[in-house]
Amino acid sequence: MLKARRNPVNVAAMHAVLIVYTLIALFPVFVILINSFKTRKAIFREPLSLPGADSFSLIGYETVLRQGDFFGYFQNSMIVTVASLFFILLFGAMAAFALAEYRFKGNTLMGLYLALGIMIPIRIGTVAILELMVSTGLVNTLMALILVYTAQGLPLAVFILSEFMRGVSDDLKNAGRIDGLSEYVIFFRLVLPLVRPAMATVAVFNMIPIWNDLWFPLILAPAEETKTLTLGSQVFIGQFVTDWNAVLSALSMAILPVLILYVIFSRQLIRGITSGAVK
Amino acid sequence: MTALSLSNVYKSFGPVEVLKDISLAVDEGEFVVFVGPSGCGKSTLLRVIAGLEDATDGTVEIGGEVVNEVPPAKRGIAMVFQTYALYPHLTVRGNMALGLKQEGQAKDVIEARIAEAARMLHLDPYLERRPAELSGGQRQRVAIGRAVVREPQLFLFDEPLSNLDAALRMNTRIEIADLHRKLGATMIYVTHDQIEAMTLADRIVVLRDGIVEQVGSPMELYNDPVNQFVAGFLGAPSMNFLPGGVLGKQAETAGIRPENLRIAEAGQLSGAVTHVEHLGGDTNVLVRIEAGEVLTLRLFGQHAHEVGDGVRVAFEERHLYLFDGAGARVR
Repeated sequence: MLKARRNPVNVAAMHAVLIVYTLIALFPVFVILINSFKTRKAIFREPLSLPGADSFSLIGYETVLRQGDFFGYFQNSMIVTVASLFFILLFGAMAAFALAEYRFKGNTLMGLYLALGIMIPIRIGTVAILELMVSTGLVNTLMALILVYTAQGLPLAVFILSEFMRGVSDDLKNAGRIDGLSEYVIFFRLVLPLVRPAMATVAVFNMIPIWNDLWFPLILAPAEETKTLTLGSQVFIGQFVTDWNAVLSALSMAILPVLILYVIFSRQLIRGITSGAVK
Repeated sequence: MTALSLSNVYKSFGPVEVLKDISLAVDEGEFVVFVGPSGCGKSTLLRVIAGLEDATDGTVEIGGEVVNEVPPAKRGIAMVFQTYALYPHLTVRGNMALGLKQEGQAKDVIEARIAEAARMLHLDPYLERRPAELSGGQRQRVAIGRAVVREPQLFLFDEPLSNLDAALRMNTRIEIADLHRKLGATMIYVTHDQIEAMTLADRIVVLRDGIVEQVGSPMELYNDPVNQFVAGFLGAPSMNFLPGGVLGKQAETAGIRPENLRIAEAGQLSGAVTHVEHLGGDTNVLVRIEAGEVLTLRLFGQHAHEVGDGVRVAFEERHLYLFDGAGARVR
């Protein structure tokens, strides 16, 4: 049956579309990568050519590693992203479980209130957030960023995860209750493993905006020791002179950790997106 | 001794009353089946007994103790679910051991009970497998094993056979009956399938819209239903209902079971065959009588009737069940 549906023309067309899309999506990344290995002159003269014998240069990487505490920025970005994801997933899953599992007064209202955050961008509250951070003394700490990103990610996490948790068999949870498992054990041991694909989806959707964010690091934690990678890279972009070698090298290196995290989550992610469609 | 007693149990979800004034006593060692159409509240009643739902009003007693405030794990019950509900991350052995570990049983006690249950349910070869590696029938046996090792005062079955195919359903039904004989335990079994109810039960509780319609042994219910609903629910093919006037009766409705109708020259009703089902052992014949009603006849053996044949249908007065306008039995 499968064979009958596989018309070679269709297969070719399908692959052509996918290949074209892949090329379009990867082209900017490719340009950044090749140019990060070229001299400044070569970048401007032939931006699309590969680094050759006379245009190859590691000057960009040298500048990045010499100027500023690049590894420090790197570490800050990593801490903020991983910690935010951890809290988003933990609190998001717990809230989602409560909304999906327990009947209590105001359940629907609470769900709507939590989902409201999806519609209202958190940046609208930047001034208030800054004031809050100043008065609590959290300005220029990574904690400030982690708190803000957790708040930013929770609405979508609760929304997606509660839908998935409603899909977890009631019988399984009840079997646990009859066997004497506490609600915490039921949540962590029975329910969480079953919604892992949804958790990965939420993680990926939240990870990239947090990693790339410039706004909140610039406002809440611009000090040297709390700079994130995106903010750190800004030193090379000036109003009049921009050190393109350094910017491109910094960006190339910034892709790596996201790529690694993505690979970790991606297997689960694909399952999350296709769940329901493919049983 | 009374293993389970329900007195005036009510359950409502918001404004919707799902269970209304349910009172019932189940003796020790009894096999009681709750049966009714979907949405009649039978599963909710089982969950109230299990403690997975709180009764809105009334008391639930298990083994003579009021358990309204007792959590499910401490009620001395074990439950088997329709969807098996095995823990996907544990092996068969782990699934059976978990409840006992939570109770704080000693290791050797756990081992002994698992070995006994595995022997009884033929699960020995699968003890180290995970649920995903088992077939539906095996999974349900593991779920039953998980209940057996708890040695509960009360077994609760929530439509345990609904997810199995027909052949397995019969095998597992026999295994459950066998288990009941061997253990002599009290069992409560919920189903919408009247054949399961008839074959397994010591006593059947027929529920409709959250109300107990009738309680009794399978044959009591079959031979002496209190109302039209019970009469129509038990028995397959189900009882024929006709307006009383067609048979010259005062009652609003008259019912007669398909096996009590015959085709005979001297039959009281005449009509034409509209459909014939040959089952080998039985033949079901549908006849449209002159009054316009279609009757189902269940004839033993094989009979050659053709669609369109004119026939006369005979019945005996003593097989008639009469019901009033509200569906209650008129005797």
